[in-house]
Amino acid sequence: MANLNQLTVAEAAEKLAKRACSSEDIVRAVLSSIEKTDKQVGAYLTVDAESALAQARAADTARTKGENKPLLGVPIGMKDLLNVKRQPCTCASKILNGYVAPYDATVVAKLRAAGAVLLGRLNMDEFAMGGSTENSAYQPTRNPWDLSRVPGGSSGGSAAAVAADEALATLGSDTGGSIRQPAGFCGCVGLKPTYGRVSRYGLTAFASSLDQIGPLTKTVRDSALLLGAISGRDEMDSTSLDVPVPDYVAQLGGDLKGLRLGLPREYFIEGLDAEVEQSVRVAVAKCRELGAEIVEISLPHSKYAVAVYYIIATAEASANLARFDGVRYGLRVDGEDPLDQYGKTRAAGFGQEVKRRIILGTYVLSSGYHDAYYLRAQKVRTLIRRDFEAAFKQCDAILTPVAPTAAYKFGEKLADPLKMYLGDIFTIPVNLAGICGVSVPCGFTSEKLPVGLQVIGPALGENVILKIGHAYEQATPWHKEKPEISG
Amino acid sequence: MNFVANIGLEVHVQLKTRTKIFCGCPTTFGAPPNTRVCPVCLGYPGAMPAMNSEAIRLTVFSGLMLGCKINPYSKMDRKNYYYPDMPKNYQISQYDQPLCLGGGIEIKLADGSKKMIGLTRIHIEEDVGKNMHFAASSGIDFNRAGTPLMEIVTEPDIASADEALAFLEALKEILAYGGVSDVNLEEGNLRCDVNSSVRPVGQDKLGTKTELKNMNTFKGVYRALSYEITRQISELEKGGRIRQETRRWDDLAGVTLAMRSKEEAHDYRYFPEPDLLPIVLTPAQIDDWARALPELPENRRARMMRDYGIPEYDANVLAVDQAVANYFEATAKLSKSAKSASNWIMTTVLAKLTEQHLAIGELKITPAQLASLVNLVEVKIINISTAKEVFEIMFAQGGEPEEIVKAKGLAQVSDTGAIEKFVDEAIAANAKTVADYKGGKEAALKALIGQVMKLSKGKANPGLVNDLLKRKLS
Ligand SMILES: [Zn+2]
Repeated sequence: MANLNQLTVAEAAEKLAKRACSSEDIVRAVLSSIEKTDKQVGAYLTVDAESALAQARAADTARTKGENKPLLGVPIGMKDLLNVKRQPCTCASKILNGYVAPYDATVVAKLRAAGAVLLGRLNMDEFAMGGSTENSAYQPTRNPWDLSRVPGGSSGGSAAAVAADEALATLGSDTGGSIRQPAGFCGCVGLKPTYGRVSRYGLTAFASSLDQIGPLTKTVRDSALLLGAISGRDEMDSTSLDVPVPDYVAQLGGDLKGLRLGLPREYFIEGLDAEVEQSVRVAVAKCRELGAEIVEISLPHSKYAVAVYYIIATAEASANLARFDGVRYGLRVDGEDPLDQYGKTRAAGFGQEVKRRIILGTYVLSSGYHDAYYLRAQKVRTLIRRDFEAAFKQCDAILTPVAPTAAYKFGEKLADPLKMYLGDIFTIPVNLAGICGVSVPCGFTSEKLPVGLQVIGPALGENVILKIGHAYEQATPWHKEKPEISG
Repeated sequence: MNFVANIGLEVHVQLKTRTKIFCGCPTTFGAPPNTRVCPVCLGYPGAMPAMNSEAIRLTVFSGLMLGCKINPYSKMDRKNYYYPDMPKNYQISQYDQPLCLGGGIEIKLADGSKKMIGLTRIHIEEDVGKNMHFAASSGIDFNRAGTPLMEIVTEPDIASADEALAFLEALKEILAYGGVSDVNLEEGNLRCDVNSSVRPVGQDKLGTKTELKNMNTFKGVYRALSYEITRQISELEKGGRIRQETRRWDDLAGVTLAMRSKEEAHDYRYFPEPDLLPIVLTPAQIDDWARALPELPENRRARMMRDYGIPEYDANVLAVDQAVANYFEATAKLSKSAKSASNWIMTTVLAKLTEQHLAIGELKITPAQLASLVNLVEVKIINISTAKEVFEIMFAQGGEPEEIVKAKGLAQVSDTGAIEKFVDEAIAANAKTVADYKGGKEAALKALIGQVMKLSKGKANPGLVNDLLKRKLS
């Protein structure tokens, strides 16, 4: 039998419901796995074992009193940009060193209400800016499948913790691929919901019109389970959608008969690693075998997506990160006057990549350049959205690779930001269009590195992509494989 | 050479909402520093704004009162600049699609003529906190941060400090009428930036303007503008040039001073606020709000003069405050003389309220009761001095004037028999005065009336006394 830390959320919930184990047992198993492996993996920035055990015991007491909430006693890890009351929330940045969140993000409140145990804080690229978690100001996170490689990013800690069984499931955030790409690199399931499906209140903003919170899990079923728990309209986030939340788990099951899946001709490009392409093509064939009809589609404006993204995302980031000035919280480096204090605080507090993006964003919004960059990018963003609208008239979902390559070595792309930016080429268009996508394991390279298949759905098409992902997952062995480090 | 001035105002008005514009914190004034704050109005990581729909209603309502065109589609934008009192280092405001466009206010000039001051736009935004400076350090109070503001921008139609003052007073009155703001200047409910320039008569092109920021008294605006326009004219007359700059009004010295150029020149890098949805107003919604529009002060004054036959002076005094005007109209409708009702309110009621620091809403006397009091005098049941006594009692305790008069036996004596007795007594006791009167001294009659009144303890009807005396002495 698997160790308790190796359970999926659904398995844990079932065991807990049957009183086959306690929440405290599970939390202890997870804590000991963190104790054992996280020195090597480095997924967690902080773990509050005391608090986690206290929450677990409270959940166990509640259960003996007859409570049976869906996630009662299930431990969930949080990316370090989600505010959890009385926990630090550094966004892996020095500038938020010492900041303790005074409130719960809406997703956190929802998880609490569902009975979850909030476990610890997961490493990430500083302010979610990056694709390898190398931009964390605190520590590297290593890919559990190969410790010499990156886990992807920016939710690298969230993905590595799940892959190494240091968590049953985690939450991450995805602005241009920050959930799907690390999930792909680490061989787990990562879901980027439709923009507005999940409230962003309490998610420290990187790019407000692109950010979404989503789950990283061991299975598609868990992804559906967690999505159901965190979705829904929130008065605190005006952009959250007032649309009923379906029972995503109940809609899983069955084959793919009657579904049309689109393959965008522009996505199988030069620069796509041959082994990655091979895995994805085999996965497509599997979907056909499961009854889906495969059609070729076109997303002609996708080639502009990376450029558009780095204008819009950095513009929004330049304003979102302006609040980190040392006046009210976090790091403060005193200066001669307020302006001097801001300059010194921000120079000391922000890392290289964050500074690069703030400067870029400030530039594209500045007078004289605003129209040429920001306004133009908004127009192209509309064209990208229309590409998808047209595509979804021909198909129910779209299949693509998650990233052009599998996990790479530390430092490999760090020196060349453009190379790093291109790693998000298949995931960024989904954020720009505000639609949903899920990354599902679809095999390994010859070096035993996980490869991810991305299933993209239309707005609020989570039930469709989860159904497809689930059918594929159940027909393939990939999700059952574990890295050696796990145990 | 003669010069003309062009002045434009940007007036920031705090809206009268219960809570702040993007969070649930109360908007109360005067609370201890940083006790009316939350993650949203402190700009904490992850906190997001949610629009207070009442702030939108009040702004649109103001726009309707001021004759603006209401934009069915408008949006919020981020205005980026760093300042310690601004929690997010961007202000959520409106850039190119404000809630209201156009409109204007008619002001009355000294010569009695009228002039329309055009409005460019009205938009909605959030207020900032307040910097506080101590001996060895500075602090920031964020209680005010996030208070809803509407910014009213005028065209450069204002030609003098007097016109600016007239505009601000008219604006203040209208906003108070609409109930959109408390317009309390001491509490900073209304602050303005003043742009001014001068140009030679005959030249169409506007001169270079200077800006005076954050003026928070009307008197300050008046004095600063008077100074600034004179300064600009004398500068040009000396052959100098006006620099486009922000200046500061030094109230003590009575001069405007250039600010360091570092504090100007902003590139605000506006872009649409991604955390808030565009504001879409349906015609039905706007119509619904328009139905609740109050009568504007100017219209009300004209109507009160027409409907109640009161002079312009009275209308001006009464209509300054909507509640006073309402009180007057309710009283006048039940009074035998609207002018008497007006006199009572303008002098006695308002004076007493001012003396006791009370608002008219706190008055214990209902319009119906005041009308009864007016009528008691009109039908000569009591005279004016008795009425004042009755008023004092009503003011202190409330109550129906008829009952007070009855209870205290204050009614005038109109019984001819009773008065005749006093008249006879007075004639008998004042032979010399009687002789004077008979000798042709008209003034002696007044003295005799006084004697009769004294004997009747002030209750005799003076008209009857007069008639009786004349008859008996003729
Ligand atoms: Zn607040």
